[in-house]
Amino acid sequence: MSAAATAIDLARFQFAFTVSAHITFPAFSIGLASYLAVLEGLWLWKRDDAYLKLFKYWKTIFAVVFGMGVVSGLVMSYQFGTNWSVFADKTGPVLGPLMGYEVLTAFFLEAGFLGVMLFGLERVGPRLHFLATAMVAIGTLISAFWILAVNSWMQTPTGYGVNTDGQFIPLDWWAVIFNPSFPYRLVHMVLAAYLTTAFVVGAVGAWHLLRDRYDSGARIMFSMAMWMALIVAPIQIVAGDMHGLNTLEHQPAKIAAMEGHYETRDGAPLILFGMPDDEAGKMRYALEIPKLGSMILTHDWNGRVRGLLSFPQDERPRAEIVFWSFRIMLAVGMAMVAIGLWSGLARLRGRLYDSSWLHRAALVMGPSGFLAVLAGWITTEVGRQPWTVYGLLHTADSISPIDGAAVGASLMAFIMVYFTVFGAGTFYVLRLMNQPPGVEVVENTGPTRSAGIMPGPSMELHDRPHEYGGRP
Amino acid sequence: MSFDLAFIWAGLIAIAVLAYVVLDGFDLGVGMLFPFLGSDEERDLAMNSVAPVWDGNETWLVLGGGGLFAVFPLAYATILPALYAPLIAMLLGLIFRGVSFEFRPRADRSRFLWDLGFAGGSLVAAFAQGLALGALVQGIDVVDRAYAGGWFDWLTPFSLLTGLAMVIGYTLLGSTWLVMKTDGALRDRAERWAWRTGAVTLVLIGIISLVTPFLNPVYLHRWFSWPGSIFSFVVPALLLFCVWLFWRGMRERRDAHPFIAAQAMFVVCYIGILISFYPYMVPPSITLWQAAGPDESLGFLLVGALVLIPMILCYTAYAYWVFRGKVRPGDGYH
Repeated sequence: MSAAATAIDLARFQFAFTVSAHITFPAFSIGLASYLAVLEGLWLWKRDDAYLKLFKYWKTIFAVVFGMGVVSGLVMSYQFGTNWSVFADKTGPVLGPLMGYEVLTAFFLEAGFLGVMLFGLERVGPRLHFLATAMVAIGTLISAFWILAVNSWMQTPTGYGVNTDGQFIPLDWWAVIFNPSFPYRLVHMVLAAYLTTAFVVGAVGAWHLLRDRYDSGARIMFSMAMWMALIVAPIQIVAGDMHGLNTLEHQPAKIAAMEGHYETRDGAPLILFGMPDDEAGKMRYALEIPKLGSMILTHDWNGRVRGLLSFPQDERPRAEIVFWSFRIMLAVGMAMVAIGLWSGLARLRGRLYDSSWLHRAALVMGPSGFLAVLAGWITTEVGRQPWTVYGLLHTADSISPIDGAAVGASLMAFIMVYFTVFGAGTFYVLRLMNQPPGVEVVENTGPTRSAGIMPGPSMELHDRPHEYGGRP
Repeated sequence: MSFDLAFIWAGLIAIAVLAYVVLDGFDLGVGMLFPFLGSDEERDLAMNSVAPVWDGNETWLVLGGGGLFAVFPLAYATILPALYAPLIAMLLGLIFRGVSFEFRPRADRSRFLWDLGFAGGSLVAAFAQGLALGALVQGIDVVDRAYAGGWFDWLTPFSLLTGLAMVIGYTLLGSTWLVMKTDGALRDRAERWAWRTGAVTLVLIGIISLVTPFLNPVYLHRWFSWPGSIFSFVVPALLLFCVWLFWRGMRERRDAHPFIAAQAMFVVCYIGILISFYPYMVPPSITLWQAAGPDESLGFLLVGALVLIPMILCYTAYAYWVFRGKVRPGDGYH
């Protein structure tokens, strides 16, 4: 018993570790691929080389991040079989074809055009090259579509039957793919990827603006990122709320854990903070607003909200984790909205590039998207335990006939390799980001420049307006 | 033999794995040759010759694994636990190999570490793939739809031999690739390696071919009784033709021929393995029909595969076409 318990704990930890490491890369590269397509499109449209330089700047960073995403993703596609072979055997007929479509429609598309995008501009010309960039961007989105369909089916399975071997078999592919939680999860994750990218781009722009607020490349990227924050962050809050209501309908135990509700109550409070205690089954030191919990979840001040204690003890997710991860995600989301609003105000006042406190805040918020993505995934994945296929297949029944020592040894190897390799990769990415975007053409620099101490191209090549007292 | 969905899918998976072997094989071979190249410039050139295509090549491995999960879930759920250690080693090797493409050009003082990671990762991945192949040929112990063997069943003299053969064989692919794709000193160095690895590869193919039929009565029966015994003449004859093509291409400096011939050798050996295996997917007990998922799953993915695989082949060919010809210094602009 204890050996089996060890094996499953180790296998779960290995999955959590490798999938958490993996998701940080696509969370960034999905948004960055779209950003690259936009930059190259703007270059072709406006014929402004500033966009081309920005494209090349982010393309190099994309290459490093995408490479790490590919190799960590390969691990995931084999881990279902090595560690979770019973799950693989039972769900293969339903989930396998979805992942097969992910490989055929997304991975090959990305990989096939990545080489042209990274190395082929001089060989194929701008238009075909733009096509390659667009294909890479579309590929990342198609990939998100399929893998989130897979995850969502595990959360809210529909359209299946069970055969004599105990395998899930597909009865209605449409119902399998467009299962009840899929549209919400897809929108929530793609927006999260876009926000993650926006805040990284914004932080890099802010970093270079703090050094030189006339750096026009930094200005372009900072401005674009802040538009994204202003527009997309509030949309994400709405999308997340809708996703939450969908979860309430299909996985009420998860919502109870997120909200920290142990007792089932009419007119339940909104618990802001507290110390959930799963052992005792109650919330300690709760700071709460009366009745607001019922209002948010049921749109009725006296609506009934189901608590964790109403579920069998072995079917309760761990509120001690989920309660906190949910709050972290929420707090980051609110901070993103705040940055968006702040930048909007600064823009209205014409001080978007001069407000160094805004730049410092945006710099601090650079990694915020990764934090929110990880916290959100921890919420939804820990919150659906103890199931791999919700309500149908227990996590404990999904594991390979596996030896604790084998899982432990491979886990150690993964931890050492991931910290070494992805640590080095993060270092190289940060070093690339530290280089100025190198866009020399300063646009719209104000009257001093047009008055012309040194008009003409020589000024663009050698001089910065502020060295002549110019002010934008 | 019945020509049904499971059979078609077994063929498609076989093609995907073969595509992986012939495509990523030379990438890994270039990686393993890395320590033996003369200078940093030669290593730059060698790496740049595969940098635009390696990711697409590796994707066939994802298709092989993902496809197995989709259409032969029982095979996926028994082979992967059985080959636990070699597969984990392969994945870790491929991690070092893959990131080295992007890390090496970014590193200054630590560049030698990523040279090492590129070569070591390629070596580990190639050796692990050979081990896995050998272990699969020897057979996997399955009881009640689950792997029932031990955690070191994959480690045998035979699997070590196939591991070695994979390392040498991939290095042959890598060196003939460099003969085709480069010029000057690097090309000549690769040519010397192609001669050496070519000779050793042939010796190893010979030994493995002689041993394999005696691992399993099914294999023995297949190769030494009618009608299977036809293959005992056809397959070696095809192999000899490849050897002749290789030898002539090397002697007459037709730089694409040795590469094509070495690839053809791999294809012939692969066909030999398929002949031994059929109709088993997990020897010695699970046939491809027993391993197959329900027809609804096979049919659903087949529709997509029949439309998408030709498209994939087209744009993959286009990517190779864009980067055709010999690589020159300064081509990769890292």
